[in-house]
Amino acid sequence: MLEEHAKLVEFIHLAGEVSGRKKLQKMVYIAKKMKMPFHEKYEFHIYGPYSEELTLRVEELCGMGFLAEQLEDKGSYVKYTYACTDEGQQFLTSMNRSHAKLSVCVDHLNKKSSRFLELVSTLLYFDHLSREQQIEKIHVVKGKLNFSEEEITQAFVFISELEYCLH
Amino acid sequence: MSYATQKMAEEKVFKDPVHRYIHIRDQVIWDLIGTKEFQRLRRIKQLGTTYLVFHGAEHSRFHHSLGVYEIVRRIVDDIFKGRPEWDESERLVVLCAALLHDLGHGPFSHAFENVFDLDHEKFTQEILTGPTEINAILSKVSTQFPQDVSDVVAKTYANKQAVSLISSQIDADRMDYLLRDAYFTGVSYGHFDMERILRVMRPREEQVVIKYSGMHAVEDYITSRYQMYWQVYFHPVSRSAEVILTKALHRAKELSQTDYQFSFEPHHFKNFFNHSFNLEDYLALDEGIVMTYFQAWMKEEDEILADLCDRFVNRKLFQYIEFDPAKDYRKLSELELLFKKAGINPEYYLVFDSSSDLPYDFYRPGEEGERVPIHLLMPNDELRELSRSSEIVEAISGKRRSDHKLYFPEDLIAADGKKKALKKQILQVLKG
Repeated sequence: MLEEHAKLVEFIHLAGEVSGRKKLQKMVYIAKKMKMPFHEKYEFHIYGPYSEELTLRVEELCGMGFLAEQLEDKGSYVKYTYACTDEGQQFLTSMNRSHAKLSVCVDHLNKKSSRFLELVSTLLYFDHLSREQQIEKIHVVKGKLNFSEEEITQAFVFISELEYCLH
Repeated sequence: MSYATQKMAEEKVFKDPVHRYIHIRDQVIWDLIGTKEFQRLRRIKQLGTTYLVFHGAEHSRFHHSLGVYEIVRRIVDDIFKGRPEWDESERLVVLCAALLHDLGHGPFSHAFENVFDLDHEKFTQEILTGPTEINAILSKVSTQFPQDVSDVVAKTYANKQAVSLISSQIDADRMDYLLRDAYFTGVSYGHFDMERILRVMRPREEQVVIKYSGMHAVEDYITSRYQMYWQVYFHPVSRSAEVILTKALHRAKELSQTDYQFSFEPHHFKNFFNHSFNLEDYLALDEGIVMTYFQAWMKEEDEILADLCDRFVNRKLFQYIEFDPAKDYRKLSELELLFKKAGINPEYYLVFDSSSDLPYDFYRPGEEGERVPIHLLMPNDELRELSRSSEIVEAISGKRRSDHKLYFPEDLIAADGKKKALKKQILQVLKG
């Protein structure tokens, strides 16, 4: 009954630690696009695909004591880091979860920067368009971030690698 | 005169209980309203299962869509017109986006999307850009126009000001649904001074801002929103109806994946059950169709499907208790076990449901807040984020309120019959 909660605890448990709310949002979105079984609804917001449902679930899990949220004052902003607690691990054991492909996916995603994942997730958000149109969209909706051609190429390569690893 | 600027010989009006009249002068808007995809919205209720609690809430997405259009029309024609910060060439695209923003909603949207893993926003995009009557009309404006309307609705349009009219923390969509839902449910909260808010809206750079003198009207709007969410949208009894509706659709889906023979074959749902649906299948559905199946399925041989449909059609809803998942998640396993022993399938008769709302939030640079704040235009022409000036808004900014409930059919558990002691034990665990 708390399956969706358990999936998220497992995701963060596999990552060990996820630094930044934005990063977590994009990681779960990309995993979902890679056909991992997440059902949180995403819409396009300031930083690209964003799920209010995911934000809510993370807050709930912190409240439940299954996830720990650490705040770090970086001067101009606050950084939030998420990790699975001992109670979270007990909860996972009680839910009897294990997903081998998810582990591969989380591992790949967590190595990347938040900026890069923002680019990848935005490209995936427009994956119904042609490659040229996807790139054009990046320049329209992410104009201020000035993604270089090289970064965009790397993002496409990353998507292909991820698809290859997971299927 | 091009189709984009073509006006009708005489203005058309729709009588409306919230805005008094909806005014139509543009031929494009009139033609869009006449399409079958837009007319379909008459058959989708704005508030889903809420009519089972507030009996007046039978209004449709058709009403609301016209209402959002009317608010945006007043903003661009009466308030923004002639202001240098507003690009007049965006007028038609925002009017169309306002009118069409909810096109993709299906019957009992939330439950249907949940069961079949759908996203109404994707259907909106498909209706706007696919082979539909809507698309044929939009394409008469220009080949790019359907995509532009779609981008405004999807919030991926280059002009953020245009997007924020339809989708922001103070937008035409919310203003219409709060007033309209308050009117039709009959509740006294939910009202605010929209006239005042419209008069103090100003286009600025990439957003729409509010003149400082209108701050109190905005405070009223935010508190109305807060009240409506907790008193109407998250009402525990309408959530119970939605839980039953969702479970009935789940049951039908599950049965279709076995060799169960329906006495009333689910022809309209078949492609959804095996995930091979197309836009035509989706547009063929409405709430009348769903209710027809539910009425027929009340006589199905499968006891669970028949019972759930009967409960929904005849409003025999589940009871609920407050449930704190942090403290009580172990209790869930115990209850699931007891339900199984008592012969009651917990998959369908024991349901955890959460609601949550964040009434207002502001953007924190560098972190994922994702909500563009409401900015006040101060007398010295500077912009100031709302919660920095309003103590009321500051008090609720960033504060999420959540509510968790566990739903179950008390009548079924309390009924006389077999396994009485076990059922008594279930009620004891549920009610502490």
